[in-house]
Amino acid sequence: MTAADTTTAAPRAVAARPRARHRVRPATVGRYAILVLMLVLLAGPLLWQLSLALKGPGDDLYAVPPQLLPADPTLDNFAGVIDRIPVLRFVLNSVVVAALVVGGNIVLATLAGFALGRLRWRLRPVATAVFVAALLVPLEAIIIAQFLLVRSANLTDTLLGVALPMLVAPLNVLLMRNAFLGIPDELEEAAVIDGANVWQRFRRICLPQVKGVVSVVAIFAFVGAWNDFLWPLVVLSSENSYTLTVGLNYLRGTFYDDPRLIAAGTIVALVPVIVFFAALQRYFMRGLEQGGIKG
Amino acid sequence: MSTVTTTSQTPRARSAPSPQGRRRTRHWSQPRWYVPYLFAGGALALVLVMTLFPFLNTLALSFTDATMLKGGQFVGLDNFRALLDDARFTTALLNSTLYVVCVVPFMVLLPLVLATLAAGRGRLLGFFRTAYYLPVVMGAVASGLVWTSLLESRGLVNSLLSWLHVVGAPVPFLTDRWLLLVSAMIVTVWMGMGYYMVIYLAALANIDPALYDAAAVDGAGPVRQFRSVTMPGVRNTMALIAMFSSVAAFRVFSEVYILTGGTGGPGGSVTTMTMLIQREGTGLQAQTGYAGAISLVMFVVLAALLVLQLVVQNRQGKN
Repeated sequence: MTAADTTTAAPRAVAARPRARHRVRPATVGRYAILVLMLVLLAGPLLWQLSLALKGPGDDLYAVPPQLLPADPTLDNFAGVIDRIPVLRFVLNSVVVAALVVGGNIVLATLAGFALGRLRWRLRPVATAVFVAALLVPLEAIIIAQFLLVRSANLTDTLLGVALPMLVAPLNVLLMRNAFLGIPDELEEAAVIDGANVWQRFRRICLPQVKGVVSVVAIFAFVGAWNDFLWPLVVLSSENSYTLTVGLNYLRGTFYDDPRLIAAGTIVALVPVIVFFAALQRYFMRGLEQGGIKG
Repeated sequence: MSTVTTTSQTPRARSAPSPQGRRRTRHWSQPRWYVPYLFAGGALALVLVMTLFPFLNTLALSFTDATMLKGGQFVGLDNFRALLDDARFTTALLNSTLYVVCVVPFMVLLPLVLATLAAGRGRLLGFFRTAYYLPVVMGAVASGLVWTSLLESRGLVNSLLSWLHVVGAPVPFLTDRWLLLVSAMIVTVWMGMGYYMVIYLAALANIDPALYDAAAVDGAGPVRQFRSVTMPGVRNTMALIAMFSSVAAFRVFSEVYILTGGTGGPGGSVTTMTMLIQREGTGLQAQTGYAGAISLVMFVVLAALLVLQLVVQNRQGKN
């Protein structure tokens, strides 16, 4: 299915294909033509931004026809951005927020998912309904009331204030609940016979069974927190506490006249998340397939 | 054995000679009553405080004249009456609605075509799929910035267009009201392609390959196969994506905010619902009561969208 499977499956497919067939069908040509066109459209803009970031003062940014390869390549733009705007501070702030959100979602959603999926208690249906109801509330529609709440807790302009509403997403709780529900009862019964208590059953028996879903929750919590814009924009007011997205918006206003610096800032902001994606690429694909849609 | 009065159903658990089982008269999966609350309590408390309470508070706010600096008085439906006369509100409602109408068809169809073409084994196809996913990972702010530089009056798109002599003067992508809206929609679709493609890939894997073989035997070409085998095969996924992408489109914020530089376009004419809430409800001059009313309208529209989709889906399911 995904790129992950291809390495194991490809040799067999190649071996099975008769070597004599060299004639390329027009449909195949058309297919790859469209795939390449889409590659240019979807990945091209990022490549152009990278080229823009590397262009030096000797390059004509507005040359017609446009030049992809810089004639006067330089890293000065990166130095310029880092020098004039605390980009690295923004990166650090985003890392702190993302760490809080990922940690919060892993711990809280897993514990709650276990209680909803594997424990019997009187208020369980009510608690499940609470999470489903919360899932249906769009964050944009409650952002003012959330801000008033964070302000009354004196958490405006703090990173904790940014992380707080995202600390546990109802969808993640329900994903974990479904994962825990899917574990066969026999596994847990066997542990009970061995005298395991609830915590041991959670930690030793059930948790290892749902590791895949936990990694999906972690990845999407990270990307969600990293790319969140509206809420940090509302909560943060001083430059030192800006997260990357708010900082990028600020960058745009500051370097309005120099696209090279904006491009360099964008690339700096994208490096961490693209490295993260490259490293965990197969989990991204698998996660979407397993977990269905994450809004 | 007779002294043990467990409520357990399984014979294995009943015969279990665990000391705990003998002492307590509880089912094996029922620890002390408060234990589930220890597990679920944190998440439950956070969701109640950070999501459901703010929702009720928004509801309450929308019937008051509260501002950021003082709590308000109950004013009945005044805020909602004021909304109807507020041109900024009608503009935002129009823009967000247009966003749904224009973006959703592309979100449902294009990623499906893309998934059909990119499905299959091989390193090359895997590379294509990964590359298509890049815009999703980039996020709306970085994507918005990249596209801002592409669509500027002297940006790449205009350079290409004038080089190819398609246009004489630069196209005002970022200054004209309608072109701005279209540009933002393009960014949204651009970011959604890879995301929905991956979901379609999972659905495509469930279609029986024999159906394609049968269609090929009957002389169906690639286009006919797509219409007669692929599309019916992923109908449920299409409905699901229609639902999610329409909700996401109505909530749009970041792309439009970045492309308009936070201004909402010429005279605020490209403001969306979320942008209006952000504008009216934050800052020292904020009319929180009024912003609450806008939020409530937004919530009602989104709920209506969900119900509409469910009804349509149910009707399709019955036929």
